[in-house]
Amino acid sequence: MLSYLLRRLLTGAAVFLLISVGVFLLVRAAPGDPVLMMVDPEQLAAGGPAFLAAKRAELGLDQPLPVTYGIWLRDALGGDLGYSFVSRRPVAEVLGERMGPTVLLMGTALAIGLVLAVAAGTVAATRRNTAIDYATTVASLGTVSVPSFFLGIATIYLFSLKLGWTPSSGMSTPGGGGAADVSAHLVLPAAVLGLSIAGPFTRYVRAGLLAELGADYVRTAEAKGAGPARVLVRHALRNALVPLVTVVMISVPQLLAGAVALEQVFSWPGMGQLAVSSVGMLDYPVVIGFAMFVALLVLVCNLAADLLYAAADPRISLS
Amino acid sequence: MTAVRPAVPRSPAAPAARRFLRNRMARAGAVFLACVGLLALAAPLVAGHDPNAVDLAAFREPPSAAHLLGTDSSGRDVFARLVHAGRVSLLVGLLSALAAVALGTLLGALAGMFGGPVDAVVMRAADVVLSFPSLVVVVVLAGVFGPSTAMLVLVFAAGNWPTACRVVRGLTLSLREREYVQAARAFGAGRPTVIGRHVLPAVLPQVAVVGTLLVAQLILLEAVLSFLGLGVQPPQASWGNMLTDAQNLTLIQTMPWLWLPPGLAIALTVLAVNFVGDGLRDAVDPKGARS
Repeated sequence: MLSYLLRRLLTGAAVFLLISVGVFLLVRAAPGDPVLMMVDPEQLAAGGPAFLAAKRAELGLDQPLPVTYGIWLRDALGGDLGYSFVSRRPVAEVLGERMGPTVLLMGTALAIGLVLAVAAGTVAATRRNTAIDYATTVASLGTVSVPSFFLGIATIYLFSLKLGWTPSSGMSTPGGGGAADVSAHLVLPAAVLGLSIAGPFTRYVRAGLLAELGADYVRTAEAKGAGPARVLVRHALRNALVPLVTVVMISVPQLLAGAVALEQVFSWPGMGQLAVSSVGMLDYPVVIGFAMFVALLVLVCNLAADLLYAAADPRISLS
Repeated sequence: MTAVRPAVPRSPAAPAARRFLRNRMARAGAVFLACVGLLALAAPLVAGHDPNAVDLAAFREPPSAAHLLGTDSSGRDVFARLVHAGRVSLLVGLLSALAAVALGTLLGALAGMFGGPVDAVVMRAADVVLSFPSLVVVVVLAGVFGPSTAMLVLVFAAGNWPTACRVVRGLTLSLREREYVQAARAFGAGRPTVIGRHVLPAVLPQVAVVGTLLVAQLILLEAVLSFLGLGVQPPQASWGNMLTDAQNLTLIQTMPWLWLPPGLAIALTVLAVNFVGDGLRDAVDPKGARS
């Protein structure tokens, strides 16, 4: 177990280094001179090319490529991802303040998606091959087929503009705030994002539950007099949900991708909206910082998925 | 009673086709796709207007006899744009899925056939690539190099080969042990020959299933990215970028003809592709159907 963990950490680190080389090359390929963007125009006018060269040497940008990569990586690992071209603030700070809203949106969506999927998957598996089972199959195909940004626009049209039940955009009313206000803003984007992941999850729950319901221990439990509800909830469902933990971890990066589009539709002040608007403003350092964040998230989620899978099911040995 | 053996060995394709045609939703999906495909092919004939002709006098007009689905913010005919956009959206989806599946099949066959370090490297790469959302990769690359349709296709192909690769690798591993493949090897057929003659034809049905479902995903992905302004660039219409305007509340509320038709076109087309893909999967692998 320990050696497995160590090996996974090492391959994870190797992959991260590879990705960092790719990202670094992107940094260098990005148009625009970061030094020109950084220095004070007045100082530049006074100092001329000599000042620029000194600044470049100070930042280590006059060194050969592998050396600049080393410097860049050291800074990046220390949380220094450069400065935003637009706000002139550190990238880590700009990204950091957008993280909260995105985590709130993704977390709520995940909760909604899981509740929907467990309910629908359980109903479909226990009433296998009935109309309701086919209906859940079609519904889950439907949720993966409708683009979530379009569903978002449609829900704004219906619930915000026609019915007036919810606010249409942003995270809180200007001047307002408070948990109730944020919740009202959160309902629509989180529900749409949750629905978009509920479809695939439902299929996993259904398939997993069907496999468990056919297992010997379920028959044993029934033979010992456990009622159908107890057998379903205490025995079968508990085991069926174990593999779902892995699926959820692997889905987190996809969930973030879904959040990018919905944050745009609902003007939700998260990282996705920041990334898209930074592309529009050619703010490369922020876009690249976002890339590094996603790479780290992907690797952490993959590792967590493997470990949770083994931790949840003692029959699996990691070697 | 005489045992009659068919003179020609029956191919597994015929019963598979029968199973596919028995599936009502797959049939409906196929018919719908045929219609969408025909409309896209015949776009210049059925559009009735130039999709890029700007007419500022006819700005955001509601649907009428002259403009079936009204006009957009530049006075362009929405129906003409819708059918022309279909060409781009379908082409990007098909082309990138085809490239991804071809790459995945090749790598999967190589990994399964050669095993050892080749297998280890390919499968490890597959794990990593699969866990990166293509959407984020496009956001970053579009941020640095500027958005383009060609980049979409490249990123989609480079980011979506692992599914086909895994399927083909698994099938190749079991095919490798089959007697007829062993016999071919014993007669001196090299591994590339075995891949070409025995593996590729055998994995084709499963690859078709993976490819079809991938087309659905990639049409969706193209739509999202073009909606965000990071994919197909205007004035070229795509279903996704036709919705870019719908980020304005007044427009959403008062001009549904601008955002409803392209949104429905994406949803229905993707749903139809998914129905066809599901039908194909059940037809190819009847044992796995609704397990």
